[in-house]
Amino acid sequence: MATLCYCCGTIGYLIYLVRERDGIHWASWTVLLVGAVVHGGAIVEHSAKAGHLAVANSQQALSFFAWVIVAAFLIMQGKLRIRVLGSFVSPLAVLFMVLSSLLPAGMVPKTGIFNSAWFVFHITSIFLANALFALSFSAGIMYLIQERHIKKKSLGNLYMRLPSLDRLDQINHICLITGFPLLTVGLITGFAYASTIWASPWNWDPKEIAALVTWLIYAILLHERLAVGWRGRRAAWLAIFGFSAILITFLGVNLFMKGHHTTLAR
Amino acid sequence: MGHIALLGMNHKTAPVEIREQLALVCRSETHPLQLLPALEHVQEMFVLSTCNRVEILFTCNALDRAFQEVKSVIVEHLGGPATRPLDPHLYFHRNMDAVTHLFRVASSLDSMVIGEPQILGQIKSAYREAADYRSVGVVLNRLLHKAFSVAKRVRSETRIGSFAVSISYAAVELARKIFGELRDKKVLLIGAGEMAELAAEHFRGQGVRQMIVANRTLERALELARQFKAETIPFGHCLDALSNVDIVLTSTGSPEPILKYQDVKSRMRGRRNRSLFFIDIAVPRDVEPRVNEIDNVYLYDIDDLKGIVDLNREERRKEAERAEHIIREETLKFQSWLATLDIVPTIIALRSKAETIRRNELQRTMAHLPELADKDRRAIEVLTESIVRKLLHDPILFLKKKAQRESRQRFVDAAQQLFNLAESTDDGVSASLMEGLRCETDDSSPLKDILK
Repeated sequence: MATLCYCCGTIGYLIYLVRERDGIHWASWTVLLVGAVVHGGAIVEHSAKAGHLAVANSQQALSFFAWVIVAAFLIMQGKLRIRVLGSFVSPLAVLFMVLSSLLPAGMVPKTGIFNSAWFVFHITSIFLANALFALSFSAGIMYLIQERHIKKKSLGNLYMRLPSLDRLDQINHICLITGFPLLTVGLITGFAYASTIWASPWNWDPKEIAALVTWLIYAILLHERLAVGWRGRRAAWLAIFGFSAILITFLGVNLFMKGHHTTLAR
Repeated sequence: MGHIALLGMNHKTAPVEIREQLALVCRSETHPLQLLPALEHVQEMFVLSTCNRVEILFTCNALDRAFQEVKSVIVEHLGGPATRPLDPHLYFHRNMDAVTHLFRVASSLDSMVIGEPQILGQIKSAYREAADYRSVGVVLNRLLHKAFSVAKRVRSETRIGSFAVSISYAAVELARKIFGELRDKKVLLIGAGEMAELAAEHFRGQGVRQMIVANRTLERALELARQFKAETIPFGHCLDALSNVDIVLTSTGSPEPILKYQDVKSRMRGRRNRSLFFIDIAVPRDVEPRVNEIDNVYLYDIDDLKGIVDLNREERRKEAERAEHIIREETLKFQSWLATLDIVPTIIALRSKAETIRRNELQRTMAHLPELADKDRRAIEVLTESIVRKLLHDPILFLKKKAQRESRQRFVDAAQQLFNLAESTDDGVSASLMEGLRCETDDSSPLKDILK
């Protein structure tokens, strides 16, 4: 149901990309909102049934991720008012939903592990950070497209529809400076949590390593932005790069490598 | 029902001598609408007079005689009998052609630069004048409001106005795509030619407040600086200025580039990589083409800008075709509204006949019943009113529905015979209706609710 709404919303936004009409935007926005509400309800229901936040397996985690991305977009759209962003963010949500439905829904044995407050905190902050980075990833792609148009002096239809470079860079910046502290908090709570159940905060788990690498990438990006004044194309590339690192951390490790994040998740 | 007609000429039909005359009278004090009371055959009239066109829109019953009168208005407007005959330069549109023409003018499809937005403003102020002279009535009121909404629809549903068709405007548009808001940006003008001045004017129109001028001859730099409240710097210092400006417009006569790749690149770190936009309208070029390869630096030369403008012209033409479609659609809508006007006199006659009968009968009855209390009288009055209203409701609805048909005259005739309305519609009502059409600019008239 939610996937359907996201699909409609995405199609709406893709049409909006080609034809600028207020009506199309509002329809797509509303459909996405309905999807997010339905989806949120489903997540709450699953969580209530399982007795903990429903992110135990990759399927649920992906679906939760898609939900957070849509929610983050809906909120950011209200604040930043960049409608075309929807045309880039909503396909991402659809992609995650589809992936999620393709993944096996292995049921996880009920353990006390998911019930800690640390765990909820760890998960929410990481997911929020990831959603913001997904937005900055989309803004980065938009930036690169727009920049290419202007540099190559071929001003096509997309050029007309995309916002100005400065604005896209600004979104990138906003998402980065709100996302990075959240990611940091998420990692710290993760370590703290790990030390309460595995007695050591660092266990050379593949996911831990990948997460640290991701954190480093974003740390570099933030540093370069604030201290050296990196912006524009390079910042956009790094935002895209960082998001790929997130995907690897998030999916690649879950699916292909063994560690206690995964053994639990399976 | 009478006719709607439009007599006028524009930049395509009138030679430059006549347009010069037009430009003169544009500024004159007397207004052609003052002549309206003297025109016997013209009912409503609207005059649009700009430097590129004069259009007189009017309604009348006798087309030919009204045409002669309006033509004399144009001759008068141009300042007496011209040395050359006007006729070959005039166009005359009747009925729906006139409507279409007005819509096209308002949507800026008939303008010299297609899609330029000023014309709508000009029509709006001409409409205000016409309203002041009370020269527009039901038909033209409706028609002009419709023209405004058509123009708005064309603007929002097509992208006719969104392609810059002049070089300096194209440059400003590009700057907006790079920087978004231009209000807090700084512009550096290197060289102070006419093109630079024009572009600077556009930038100021977009809210740019800070400008710097660098020119080899100081007098000209000062002159431009005064005009745009800019500061001036010595010509040799313009490389240093690169660290704190956002947009650079070069137009010097220098035979070789004055801004080189290395000069620009080395200054980008000092700018913390904020975007820098070069507009090079000089030939030969002032900025090395390789500058465009630097990150966050954008360079457009005169050929790039010309290329954009040519493409945009083409785009506007394409959008204009879509606009024509909208206009055809709206013309049809207006036509069907106009058709309902044909039945209005009959509806008015029907209502007034019923009302007269009701009053007479009520009076007669009340005279026999002096003992009734005021409350009872009021109740009887309400009763009669609602009987009349309900009885007439269906026939009126029927007539309104048939108004869209070609055969509406048959139904009008039938209704008139059925209710024996003939003599009253021919004289009294139609005269009062025409009066109503002429001066109806307020909302209180009973016509309004019939015409909805």
